Amino acid sequence: MLVFGTIPYLVIVALAVIGLATAALKRNLIKIFLGITIFESAINLFLVSLGYRDGAVAPIFTDAPSTEMVMATPQALTLTSIVIGVATTALLLSFAVLIWKHYGTVDTDKIRRLKE
Amino acid sequence: MITDAIIANSPALLVMIPLIAAFACPFIGRISPAVRNIWVVGAMVLTAAMALLLAGEVFSSGTVVYTFGASAPGMSVPPDSGGIPVRIVFTVDAMSALMQIIGAITGLSIVLYSIAGDRRHTGLESYYTLYLLMIAGVMGMVSTGDLFNFFVFLEILSISSAGLIAYRIDRGVAVEAAVKYFVLSTIGAMVILVAIGIFYGEYDALNIAVIASRMQFTLLDQVALVLMIAALGMKCGAVPMHFWTPDAYSMAPSSITAMLVVASQASLYGLFRVVFTLYNVTLNAATVGWIIIVLGVLSMVVGVTMAIPQKDVKRLMAYHAISQTGYMLLGVGVGLAVLGNQSLLDAFGYVAMEGGIFHIINHAMYKGLLFLTAGAIFYRIGTRNLNRMGGLGHNMKYTMVFFVIGALAIAGIPPFNGFASKLMIYESVFMFNPILSIIAMVVSILTLASFVKVFHSIFMGPRLPEYADVKEAPAPMLIGMGILAAVVVLFGLFPGVVVDHLIEPAAQALVNQGAYISAVMGGA
Repeated sequence: MLVFGTIPYLVIVALAVIGLATAALKRNLIKIFLGITIFESAINLFLVSLGYRDGAVAPIFTDAPSTEMVMATPQALTLTSIVIGVATTALLLSFAVLIWKHYGTVDTDKIRRLKE
Repeated sequence: MITDAIIANSPALLVMIPLIAAFACPFIGRISPAVRNIWVVGAMVLTAAMALLLAGEVFSSGTVVYTFGASAPGMSVPPDSGGIPVRIVFTVDAMSALMQIIGAITGLSIVLYSIAGDRRHTGLESYYTLYLLMIAGVMGMVSTGDLFNFFVFLEILSISSAGLIAYRIDRGVAVEAAVKYFVLSTIGAMVILVAIGIFYGEYDALNIAVIASRMQFTLLDQVALVLMIAALGMKCGAVPMHFWTPDAYSMAPSSITAMLVVASQASLYGLFRVVFTLYNVTLNAATVGWIIIVLGVLSMVVGVTMAIPQKDVKRLMAYHAISQTGYMLLGVGVGLAVLGNQSLLDAFGYVAMEGGIFHIINHAMYKGLLFLTAGAIFYRIGTRNLNRMGGLGHNMKYTMVFFVIGALAIAGIPPFNGFASKLMIYESVFMFNPILSIIAMVVSILTLASFVKVFHSIFMGPRLPEYADVKEAPAPMLIGMGILAAVVVLFGLFPGVVVDHLIEPAAQALVNQGAYISAVMGGA
């Protein structure tokens, strides 16, 4: 039975598959990097979904209603992971720039000087 | 007073010093290169001092727990939290301390070597920034007791390593190697993050000790275990996930390659930590043990057979690094396979694990040394191609001696340290399964054969006309290599002392999950 709570996880799986497939099958470096970014987003979504509690409130103690509160750890994890993701993407893109400068292409089939 | 404060906060300082030094480095570098060199060496000496201080503390008085942001560092479980460590906790047991010692010794000798060996390059501020970040990453990975924190340090380590692999752009070839490494390690790190998410969803905790104490080994845990082993096995360069290793190791500057060896071993540490501390007897030890043994044997055989035909000296050494990683996996895998069976563990399991763990520290020393000698040769003659070398023994005598020490150690010839750990592995694995032990010996012989060939083509033969006026490597490079060579010889001469004081506590720390949990949870 498809309940509301499982929809995020289906989206996560779909995103992860799209991301990994792009990274594995595409030959354009930029597209590979895009795939990795999509995969990262899937995992960020996974972490956030883990922390979702239906009907709970944010853990701010001032005047809080006496209902369940959400443990803020997954959100903190996600923020950290997003920051790391930005650093990763920046580094990957700067690699792409360097590859373009030295090889004149971003096609992974043509970037093969290492093997020689 | 102040020394007490330093000792009490050494786990935090261990990560803090290299981080601060790293980010200050570009500014310090604007003053003058000499000041920057002093700054970098000073930071590394301080970090190494902290690591050794902390290790001394751990080996004399047991596991050190350091809680960030708590009123007292030892208070990992706040009184009002209901028995859950809510803060980030560093748990430094004997195994972590051993890895810190490895990081400290190699890190220090590499910096000394680097000051001379890389001074002709540009952009050295960024180089040292990334290098110190690597140190911080390694130290954090091996100290942390928090899974998410482990992931963060892993990412710090792989981002800085990728930057450094690409550092000598080398017409784009180094960037190509860095892309390969970084794409794989990013995906690997993300996979680890999925596993961490699974643990958090199941056990509402990120602290390794808490998860370990609640471990049920459900289907989800098995999925998480597979993800962890795959990702960390890839990061430590075990076959069949090894293909990034030769590229990255050969294209990085030699000093960085030596550090990459330590970085791979930090991932290996992570693998052992997950298997032993997180799961321990809850998992099907025989099955997982055999998986690790098979990974180890594959790495040994494939690594050495791929190494033999290589013509690039650093690529050759990189394949040997894969092969040596196999020994560690084999030794510790055998220990894992008999986990939970006390009589077998006493008969050979502990010795096998000690051999594997001893091999980690030995490998970091002699492999670091070999890569540094390769770097020294490259520094003087500007090629890594074995066919174009020859007769260098006439001019680079010290480098030759260091190379011989490293080569004999990696081949497992007495009296060097590789022999001590390999003998422990052979003996104990023979009692577990004779065939595995024989494979290990054959691989060792092939390693020796390969290094005899390399030695011959680099150093022996008549003086070549184009290298007639090649000079010995500069003194700081020799000092860096000398530290590692001294450790290789000392560990080889007195293996008993090292095993009793460093390795055995580390193996015990891995096996004894209860001690790890109670160190954090307070006797629960």
